[in-house]
Amino acid sequence: MAADPSSRPERTRAPFGRRLCEVAESRPSGGYRIFTLIDETGPEPAPGQFFMLAAAEGWAGDGGRPYLPRAISHARFTRAAGGPMRLDFLVHDVGPGTSRLASMEPGEKCWLAGPFGGRFSLPRQLNPQAHGAILVGGGIGIAPMAVLRRELVDRGIPSRSLLGFRDREHSGGIDELFGCEETRLAFEDGSSGHQGYVTDLLLQLLEGDDAKSAAVYTCGPPAMLEAVRRICLEREVPVELALESPMACGYGACFGCAVPKADGGYLRLCIDGPVVRGDEIASAMAGEPAVG
Amino acid sequence: MASPDLATDICGIELTGPVLNGSGTFDALAARRVFGDAVVDEFPFDCYVSKTITMHPRPGNPPYRLWETPSGMINSIGLPGPGLDGFLERDLGRLAEIGVPLIVSVMADQVEDFTVLVERVAARPEVAGIELNVSCPNVHSGLIVGEQPAEAEALVRALRPLTEKPLIVKLTPNVANPDEVAAGAERGGADAVSMINTVKAAAIDPDANRTWLGVGAGGLSGPAVRPIALAQVRAVSAAVDIPVIGMGGITDAESALEFILAGARVVAVGTENFRNPRAGLEVTEGLPAALRRRGFDSLAEAQASTLS
Repeated sequence: MAADPSSRPERTRAPFGRRLCEVAESRPSGGYRIFTLIDETGPEPAPGQFFMLAAAEGWAGDGGRPYLPRAISHARFTRAAGGPMRLDFLVHDVGPGTSRLASMEPGEKCWLAGPFGGRFSLPRQLNPQAHGAILVGGGIGIAPMAVLRRELVDRGIPSRSLLGFRDREHSGGIDELFGCEETRLAFEDGSSGHQGYVTDLLLQLLEGDDAKSAAVYTCGPPAMLEAVRRICLEREVPVELALESPMACGYGACFGCAVPKADGGYLRLCIDGPVVRGDEIASAMAGEPAVG
Repeated sequence: MASPDLATDICGIELTGPVLNGSGTFDALAARRVFGDAVVDEFPFDCYVSKTITMHPRPGNPPYRLWETPSGMINSIGLPGPGLDGFLERDLGRLAEIGVPLIVSVMADQVEDFTVLVERVAARPEVAGIELNVSCPNVHSGLIVGEQPAEAEALVRALRPLTEKPLIVKLTPNVANPDEVAAGAERGGADAVSMINTVKAAAIDPDANRTWLGVGAGGLSGPAVRPIALAQVRAVSAAVDIPVIGMGGITDAESALEFILAGARVVAVGTENFRNPRAGLEVTEGLPAALRRRGFDSLAEAQASTLS
């Protein structure tokens, strides 16, 4: 892969429509689940992009929900030489949609559309003085951070990952997705790593000279995102956030995923995001999905 | 056996088939940005209906704007858009590149603004027809135009002389008498009605004792509303001579054909586009088999049939 940090990577364009993919694997990971789809025809997604997912069977089942596909960022993609692409997704069962996705068995089929949305910038695009990247992930929001970390490794760009979780039940994917030395953990209940918030770790890193040469990337629950955004804006540290919002389509049709912009009006998160700069938005708290 | 012919027309607009999109359910320009020219090469609809255009730019409603319901969803989007000038200058020419007939949806809260919208939109050669979104209150009377037969008639009568292009009235289902509103639109000179718009609905925040959507209530769409839509399409098509564009929870060719049998001349796919960007194409691809299965040799035969 090209190592020129000044070239701006393009977002990957989605094939028109949705495609039926086979579930290759599904396994528990902490309190979460990681499942793998075989994407025979799709292009390689970029860090920060997402897919719309719906199980082929049992979607709009008992009680008529889930009905809409769910927007989920991939956690990893791999492609063996000559083989099809494998897309890993990290899910937490918090509602009818994520529950159905988490219950899919190998051999089942899942509708997939995407990849949608834009990608993370490279550190030098975000901050010309950047020596590397600081990745701050919370909960299932560690998934796009894992994809970005892999790309940075491939490009020879150093990064440090800070991952925060509430407790063991609300964690997963750590070893599978972040098996590296440059990862620090924070658990609110103290079950591993730092006891407290992941933002405590970020503040430690940004003390001293680090702030001048930092580029921060983050994805996680809205309260964490907003805390990271404020920490970075107060210190003039460039930061990109991958946001979530209730979203019906993923490709600009429904206008449901409105996020307030800093200068008034709204972003359509699916096509204007999901990656936004910290100073682009009024708050990271506005779009929390409760759809599950 | 040859495939049934799907070519048809709606109030003089020639169509390769009977599948439109519901206004505001498929942003063709955003879709092209996301999927590329494949969207133009395989455009999902035989006629494209724009999202509703207003006089001035609108940001839309504050979040949250969506809620998933059993077999459907509630939205309160609030008609975000570039306003008339922005639409005519930036969007319309690019929509014309798609190559299917264009119907432009417009809305205003007074006849004076409706007049400007219809005159300026109709003057553009790219536009085949105009849909009047009448789900907004008239600022002069305080009445929602689409809920009152006399208001609907008066509005269409005022706009009718402005253009010879088809005027289509989008009917709301939130009335006891949609057939009377449709008859009012017909008396005023409407060329067609399209129905149904969304059904007024609310959702309660699962974590707090308040309504979920940013503006308290919204409109229900998806298969959940299909039986309501079929009943209203049947009542309206029996009451008026002008054609009906039928929609409400269409997901496939079978459900599209249900609307034709209920009296619609053509159909529109709405919420299903969100689940499947190619939903319109799949409806079209499935129609020949769906027609044959019910014993029809052509779409025209199904359009001419009546339910027993």
